Amino acid sequence: MKRFLCLALCLLTVLPLLTACHGSRGLDPFVMPESFDTEKTYEITFWAKNDTNVAQTRIYKKAIADFEALYPNVKVKLKLYTDYGKIYNDVITNISTQTTPNVCITYPDHIATYMTSPDTVVCLDELFNNEKYGFGGTDLRFDGPEYGEMIPKFLEECVIEGKHYAIPYMRSTEACYVNKTFVEKLGYTVPEVLTWDFVFEVSRAALAKDEEGNFLLNGQKVLIPFIYKSTDNMMIQMLDQKGAGYSSDDGEILIFNNTTKELLRMLEEPAATKAFSTFKISSYPANFLNAGQCIFAIDSTAGATWMGTDAPLCDISEDQIVEFETAVRLIPQFDTENPSMISQGPSVCVFNKRDSGEVLASWLFAQYLLVNDVQISYSQTEGYVPVTSKAQSSVEYTEYLANEGKDNDEHYSVKIQATKLLLDNTDNTFVTPVFNGSASLRNAAGQLIENVTKSMRRSETVDDEYYEKLFADVTALYRLDQVQTMGEGREDLGALPSTALWLICGIAAAWVFIGFSFVVGFLKKRKKKTSAS
Amino acid sequence: MKKVLLFVFAALMVLSCVACGGENTPPAEDINAKSEGVMTWEEYNAAAIDASVVVEAYVQAKQGYWEKNGQGLCTIYAQDGVGGYFIYDMPVTKADYDKMVAGTKIKVTGKKAEWSGEVEIIDATYAILDGNYVAPAKDVTALLGTDDLAKSQNMFASFKGMTVEASKDADGNDVAFLYKWNGAGEEGDDLYFNVSVNGKTYTFCVESYLCGADTDVYKAVKALKIGDKIDLEGFLYWYNGVQPHITSVSAAK
Repeated sequence: MKRFLCLALCLLTVLPLLTACHGSRGLDPFVMPESFDTEKTYEITFWAKNDTNVAQTRIYKKAIADFEALYPNVKVKLKLYTDYGKIYNDVITNISTQTTPNVCITYPDHIATYMTSPDTVVCLDELFNNEKYGFGGTDLRFDGPEYGEMIPKFLEECVIEGKHYAIPYMRSTEACYVNKTFVEKLGYTVPEVLTWDFVFEVSRAALAKDEEGNFLLNGQKVLIPFIYKSTDNMMIQMLDQKGAGYSSDDGEILIFNNTTKELLRMLEEPAATKAFSTFKISSYPANFLNAGQCIFAIDSTAGATWMGTDAPLCDISEDQIVEFETAVRLIPQFDTENPSMISQGPSVCVFNKRDSGEVLASWLFAQYLLVNDVQISYSQTEGYVPVTSKAQSSVEYTEYLANEGKDNDEHYSVKIQATKLLLDNTDNTFVTPVFNGSASLRNAAGQLIENVTKSMRRSETVDDEYYEKLFADVTALYRLDQVQTMGEGREDLGALPSTALWLICGIAAAWVFIGFSFVVGFLKKRKKKTSAS
Repeated sequence: MKKVLLFVFAALMVLSCVACGGENTPPAEDINAKSEGVMTWEEYNAAAIDASVVVEAYVQAKQGYWEKNGQGLCTIYAQDGVGGYFIYDMPVTKADYDKMVAGTKIKVTGKKAEWSGEVEIIDATYAILDGNYVAPAKDVTALLGTDDLAKSQNMFASFKGMTVEASKDADGNDVAFLYKWNGAGEEGDDLYFNVSVNGKTYTFCVESYLCGADTDVYKAVKALKIGDKIDLEGFLYWYNGVQPHITSVSAAK
């Protein structure tokens, strides 16, 4: 009897060890409720980014007030950030405690990381198609877009592992803001589509100085002809234009290739002569452009309100601003016949919660951000483009575009030109594959340019050995050697290795032997008892 | 006669105190002395942007410790007897960060850089040395608006008799200070406020990584009213022109 008890206790001790590892449960997958409970009160949190533009804050607040008027049982609490990175960090921190926001402005790259915690982010496909609460749903209390009114290209960007985990909110790309006055002063004409060669040639020509060390072009001690804000985007777009590797769709890192090296080599001379610099090294391109200290400033179209002599937003004092004509162009291209540029801009994801009604309330609010009023007013704050054809084709929006240059505020010409640039080139945009680690790869892409630029400015030796080390250092810094391709770990790994097979057989044999010994011992004892009686 | 005697006794007392004090005090540290291979502030100032620099200076203040890609980083305001140094995002261990209190002498090797007019040392490494010096605030009020002010960049400075001027908040109202440069921020963010002297207005900042919401200066700036006359102290930081990082505010004397 004692042995029975002993065995039972052993099993009770061992079995939980074998099974409990999988027992720490997160949230259950979201299940769509039959209907939205309008009697129950929901308080949902919305984490958003406002680009340090107060008009955007006002639009968020108005959208919340309007939504709450339609759904009085839902209260939306807004938390504003000025940095996508901080939203990302805060979400990551809150996943383990299940205190994520309900709705969050974010990038698909970040969502891929959130998704490493199962059922944290709600898959939206079922919600999209729900008859009552999906796009154009019968029970919606607002006039949102139909599924077919979402710009397909922008919606596709929210697909991760074959499913939609976000909706696009706003879209932008990058533009080159050109001091046309300076280009012409140097004897050039700004072409319709810039090439990298043209930009570097003009930048080189601009470096001539007088005997006192002033640049001939602007008569100042400071001139950085070409400044790029986001070097991540710079590398990503150059690689795309060259048709070179960056990453595969399932997360294989391909960036460390010969084309990348060629592109970095292309930057060596402009970096060494300081004809080219970056935001991280020098500061905001807009400040230099507006002070007459830059010719080609590349930044987001969502930064257009900072660009140009009459820019409504400005970071430098009025006495530093110079008069010049601004031309807005696509980023430089290698092949002007087939332009290519990145599609970027905020998306919105919905986080899973224990109460499916709360998730549905969150989805309703997220969807409300797509109504024309929100889409059009927010897009007008910067060079953003609405993500629905419903908004893009509305009378209000087309009038807005038609009034380009009417004033230097809402209809600021540089901003509307930047917007049109994306509207006209939506089909020429691309996004990079999204996977757990894609955010790190993006940082690594920019780091390559930053390092080479710094090294050239510092007159360091930049040769093959340098590049070999650079690639290794950047791989290590961003742990790119630890990025697993999607599906890795889930794929069929084939037959077990013979050593593992032998080990399992050995363990099984030991248990069989223990069982056999126990039965034999038990029978012997029973026999003794029987013979004794 | 009594008054003369009183004066003489008082003078003798003061002199004797000074003499007594001098007996046990180690010789005063030469805060401008440099080890071999280390630049004087003048040499540092003359070095080109992107050049390698090696300096010895005394920590005066530091911004919060943070980590990026697993590496601890901190930003330091340092100074010797001649000029200031801003050491940006220097990799440090948390233990050394804690050791770098005001007055700590450090040797810093890095590259000279300039970001929006702020001259700084980046990509830096450091060694903690023996020595201690806390700089008094240098009154730069009279230098505001002059080219000479830049020579005091990054030093601990004071500003006397400044008047708080209105800033426009997000709704266009006149206010004494803003959360973030445009009023779009909230409690805990940097504070920006305008002050004037001699007919010129300057934007000063309470940098939240240096002086957070729980500090006296943060609370004092939030209590400012337009038109207040104040004295201030802080580090002579630059952002497209002078924009000091303020560490104390008091009513003008």
